[in-house]
Amino acid sequence: MTAPQHHIPEPMMAAYVAGNLPQPFAVVVATHISMCDECRARHETHLALGGAVLESLEDAPVSDAMRAGLFAMLDEPAPEEPAAPKPRGIYPAPLADMVPGDGPRWRSIGMGARQSILWRGKEGSLRLLYIPAGQAVPDHSHNGLELTLVLQGSFSDEGGRFGVGDVEVADEAVEHTPLAGIDSPCICLAATDAPLRFSGMIPRLLQPVFRI
Amino acid sequence: MLQFVESRPGIMQGHRQAARPRAAEEASEALNKLQHAPETELLIAVRDRRDKQAFAQLFDIYAPKLKAMVMRSGTPAAQAEDIVQDAMLSVWRKAAQFDAHRSQASGWIYRIARNRMIDIARRDYRPLPEELKIDEPPAEQPAEIMAMDQEAARLRAALDTLPQSQREMIEKAYLGELSHKEITETTGLPLGTIKSRIRLGLERLRHELKDLRQS
Ligand SMILES: [Zn+2]
Repeated sequence: MTAPQHHIPEPMMAAYVAGNLPQPFAVVVATHISMCDECRARHETHLALGGAVLESLEDAPVSDAMRAGLFAMLDEPAPEEPAAPKPRGIYPAPLADMVPGDGPRWRSIGMGARQSILWRGKEGSLRLLYIPAGQAVPDHSHNGLELTLVLQGSFSDEGGRFGVGDVEVADEAVEHTPLAGIDSPCICLAATDAPLRFSGMIPRLLQPVFRI
Repeated sequence: MLQFVESRPGIMQGHRQAARPRAAEEASEALNKLQHAPETELLIAVRDRRDKQAFAQLFDIYAPKLKAMVMRSGTPAAQAEDIVQDAMLSVWRKAAQFDAHRSQASGWIYRIARNRMIDIARRDYRPLPEELKIDEPPAEQPAEIMAMDQEAARLRAALDTLPQSQREMIEKAYLGELSHKEITETTGLPLGTIKSRIRLGLERLRHELKDLRQS
């Protein structure tokens, strides 16, 4: 695997370390860091900056009772840590927990393309997309921001070529037509902070039914 | 902390002379001469020897800062103390995970505390990056740890010499008061500093990965 060429934007990394990123984006960021040494280093850098901010804060004195209470707890046995998630197949650790052991629950979205919704809530949605080799994803635009991370294969669109580990960031101004590479089906992780709207294949009215 | 404050004349000087060009550079040059930050040593003592005295010192440095951070998010003082206690207990319990080649104490403690705050605020799944597989951590390299600490000191110095408005923006970003959209729009991040650090961080990480792959 060649090193990823398309990375997490700086402001998004800052919001991620502060714990202030919508859930679907946070999963994409954690997954990308797991696949990208450069962003792993950048992640540490942002944490260092967070640490510098922490150190610069004016002290808010803490009570002696709290301090004493803490020290009384140090010798207590620590509760068992849940085992760190392990990567599985093409799914890095942060994602492996969200995908069923026997594979994603795919649903057809037409033209051989499939999706599997991993998470949806007030903060947007997170899903896996499966695009057959050489095929286009139905042309779509979106209300919010969309992050797409390639897990297998590749796709190309107006923004360039995206291989395994690459992240495409598309805002609402972008109407793009991703085309999967011809070598293998493309599987991506796609996160939005608003529902998608397809301008092509599927009438907008049906969106709630298809959950896209 | 006292020790550290005493050894920071470079920063203070740089701060006062912020209007002068090259003040930031001078401040970071002064900081180059700094000795190994005591915080990192304290955390290593906690990690390797379960040293309670070292932990007490870490507590006295960071607990009041963590409380300030938690209260900034609107949490009342009493509840903030609970969260700080919880975060510091995590520092004690997770100290084995501290890798002085990749993080420094303040950044590592910041991370633990932010994670605890998220866990408490929202019981959601919190995605964490996959850990690097380290079967046998490489022997501690004092020179590398010192380089890391100097980088951190340079970062703090740069923070101190920023114009007030930019500095506030940074604080808000890392205290979780700005969304990623707001951070994008304000572009108040000192990208130059971050970029030079990323380069160094990257080199360090590559080095570490190389060691791991060879062993
Ligand atoms: Zn990256």
